[in-house]
Amino acid sequence: MLRKILLHSIIFLSIGSMIASCVSAVPTETQPPAETEPVVRTPEVTAARRTLKVMTHDSFAVSDSVIEDFTSKNGFSVQFLKSGDTGTALNRAILSKDAPLADVFYGVDNTFLSRALEEGIFEPYASPMLADIPDRFKLDPQNRALPVDYGDVCLNYDKSYFVEYGLQPPQGLEDLLRPEYKGMLVVENPATSSPGLAFLLATIGHFGEDEFLDYWEGLVENDVLVVNDWELAYFNEFTVAGGTRPIVVSYGSSPPAEIIFSETPIDEPPTAAIVSDGSCFRQIEFVGILTGTANRDLAETFIDFMLSPEFQEDIPLQMFVFPVIENARLDEVFEKFLAVPENPAYVSPEDIAENREKWIEEWTEVVLR
Amino acid sequence: MDGGRASLNIPARARISSGPILTQFRRILPWIIPLGFLALFYFYPLIKIVQVSYTRSPAGVGASIWEALNSPLLLRVTWFTFWQASLSAFLTLVIGLPGAYLLARYDFRGKSLLQALFGIPFVMPTLVVAAAFYAMVGPNGWVNLGLMTALKLEDPPVVLTNSIYAILLAHVFYNTTIVLRVIGDFWSRMDSRLVLAARSLGASRWQAFRRISLPLLSPAILAAALLVFIFDFTSFGVILVLGGPRYATLEVEIYYQTVGLFNLPLAATLSLLQLGCTLALTVIYTRMSARVSRPISLQSSRSSMHQLADWRAKLTAGVILIILFILLTAPLIGLAARSLTRFELERGERGEPERGFTLDFYRELGINRRNALFYVPPTTAIGISLGYAGLTVLISLLVGLPAAWALARDRQSTLNRVLDPVLMLPLGTSAVTLGLGFIVALNQPPLDLRTSPLLVPLAHALVAFPFVVRSLTPALQSIRPRLRQAASVLGASPAHVIRRIDLPLVGRAVLVASTFAFTISLGEFGATALIARPEYPTIPLAIYRFISQPGAMNYGQALALSTILMIVAASGMLLIEKLRIAEIGEF
Repeated sequence: MLRKILLHSIIFLSIGSMIASCVSAVPTETQPPAETEPVVRTPEVTAARRTLKVMTHDSFAVSDSVIEDFTSKNGFSVQFLKSGDTGTALNRAILSKDAPLADVFYGVDNTFLSRALEEGIFEPYASPMLADIPDRFKLDPQNRALPVDYGDVCLNYDKSYFVEYGLQPPQGLEDLLRPEYKGMLVVENPATSSPGLAFLLATIGHFGEDEFLDYWEGLVENDVLVVNDWELAYFNEFTVAGGTRPIVVSYGSSPPAEIIFSETPIDEPPTAAIVSDGSCFRQIEFVGILTGTANRDLAETFIDFMLSPEFQEDIPLQMFVFPVIENARLDEVFEKFLAVPENPAYVSPEDIAENREKWIEEWTEVVLR
Repeated sequence: MDGGRASLNIPARARISSGPILTQFRRILPWIIPLGFLALFYFYPLIKIVQVSYTRSPAGVGASIWEALNSPLLLRVTWFTFWQASLSAFLTLVIGLPGAYLLARYDFRGKSLLQALFGIPFVMPTLVVAAAFYAMVGPNGWVNLGLMTALKLEDPPVVLTNSIYAILLAHVFYNTTIVLRVIGDFWSRMDSRLVLAARSLGASRWQAFRRISLPLLSPAILAAALLVFIFDFTSFGVILVLGGPRYATLEVEIYYQTVGLFNLPLAATLSLLQLGCTLALTVIYTRMSARVSRPISLQSSRSSMHQLADWRAKLTAGVILIILFILLTAPLIGLAARSLTRFELERGERGEPERGFTLDFYRELGINRRNALFYVPPTTAIGISLGYAGLTVLISLLVGLPAAWALARDRQSTLNRVLDPVLMLPLGTSAVTLGLGFIVALNQPPLDLRTSPLLVPLAHALVAFPFVVRSLTPALQSIRPRLRQAASVLGASPAHVIRRIDLPLVGRAVLVASTFAFTISLGEFGATALIARPEYPTIPLAIYRFISQPGAMNYGQALALSTILMIVAASGMLLIEKLRIAEIGEF
């Protein structure tokens, strides 16, 4: 008995360590020599190195070198705190208002903006960098929340599916009601999913508050499938990943992401986004200085940096959302394969905050009952 | 026992222990650590967040509770939560009991490996489990494709998406290991001579089971049923991901009210309701458990082991194991196989399907291709996960052992009768609510643990603690009090009694408890996502980072890392299992 167990555990552990060593052996050869670079620090004024705390959601990502550059140039370190999805992270920021967890909060989007502003978690900051940002992104005139990036939630379709069946892919929201697209669409539940809510808002912005439910009734008749998560829709129901639905609610950036994260190099994405007028909804993400911070000077420096070309140009490949400043350069893959809607559907943050519950309830009545 | 020499001490010892103050103190003493832990990391945050939530209500506390109680949603959600939890727990027991019997009573090759394999589901993230189920019974899964070809059907006959069957299947998948471990462990230590006696007196196999084994087993069955039920009752990920938008448990509704609508007063009311249900259930359990449990002599599991001798036993064992294997292990093997397979070339126009073996996903895990700040190599994630799991085992044992010991010693005392159900509360508490509770409560030094890495194992231990108590108490309870009395009469000091009587007898249960704490920590996602520092992600967090972005490579890497998680979990469980052999206490 003892020998058997020993044997099994040895086999198991050795397989585990084999895999571990095989995967850990690689980076030493391929990683850029980031550590060997001599770090030049500006002479520090205070004895203890100060730290700026940045609270954010779990999709936040940034290049190591960009932060390294910033901290060595400015002589203070930056600590990031991830606190769950956007809504959860914001709730935590609101509830810790009296004893703030951080100095800066990044990641509140236009669907949550009103909640953040009404709760007064941000101090105004008129960053000089705002001059480079077009007005359409600035949703808070008092500059408590400053725009950092945007991303569009759009319909994606499986290109080869439509070629195979000799079908024209849909051009806009109205097309989805046509019988040839019956049973092809999978969407996410607006109550539980951020792209799901964005798509509901696209239909509200496009058809108007009085008509959007009729549209959804039509979608139900055309056999729309609703699931709770983007992951489930995209990786399990979408035909590209082996499911049965060739049209899915995802992001405008998903097709170029398919190229970057392809398993073997491919020349063209397997999917495409539909970006006709009014068929996408734009999510804009904001940053703000948390009320009562003792590190206001550091927070201002960091926000200016987030709006500078260096950080802005780093955003797309890390988070698959896009810079708000006008002169940022994009990676070639985005230049080639990113479709950006010229006129996304629009619903104001105030309207969203005001009606969110009502709209979701009405939608639930029509679509799920 | 070396009794003779110590018998002189009897009078002195008897006098000391009969002092009323000292007795009281002895009774309270073991509760200090567990209650202190719960007070600080459970009750204080919970009370604080409920208080904060209600002060946010514009109409006042009474009005907001009244409003909640009057909403039709409340009844519907509560009813569904109870209904699905009862059904899930029942199915889990039905599937798990034969397996528990087999693993408890028979010795055969590869048993510990199987036991560890059946425990793996417990640590798997829901999104990965969803992928595993889809690969088997999804619209294009092999079950449906096979049936469609065989029966010449147009549409897939099995519809898993957004169905109640997906919920039930997933709950059985996750929780059968609880039944196997809690009941299996107890069963293996039960004296088989009673059954043999009954059989020799002419009882049939079934009669012997129904009249002897079942009554003796009932404390363990009740404990397992309670744990499984509460897990299903507070289910979140399974309902959300697999149940789809038409099904909501209280926990899902709490999440929606909190995050989606920021209606904290309603969320608090729902949390209290969920807590109340858990408490009521646990009180019922405690009553029933007190009625059915009796001291029986536990014995070494080895002495009661049989070999699978005749063909009938082999056949039965085979059927039981095949069912468990299909339900619990086959989906995971599918995942592991897929993490080693190329699948991008299968798509339509870009050439013929070309399934081939590849290690690309594993290799890619070790590369920080985009120079991301929060990248960690898989070995680091494994180390972090194991570190947290180790700390969780330590903390939950430190807190759970004294509590279980106190409970088992003196079940009838008022103090224990009140405290027993309270210990289960952390399991029945909404993670969303408690997570916010940490934020509003632990915000002042020296208790400002909100950004401390230590908060992760503390939160894990809070979930593991009730498991530890529940797996230890039945074993401790079944130690005959007379054995202890005999020892002290023979002059053994209380510490000596614990060391020589209690510990050897419960050594096995301690290992079961450790396994639970270990696997709970390894698989925990919800709380970890909120409190873990991004520089120190656990394996489930790292999996989530991949699966939340598009692209075949991300998906493949998520599956590869999930496979690594399975291996880490199984190795850990086997290692803990191995400790049992080294354990001195087996007699």
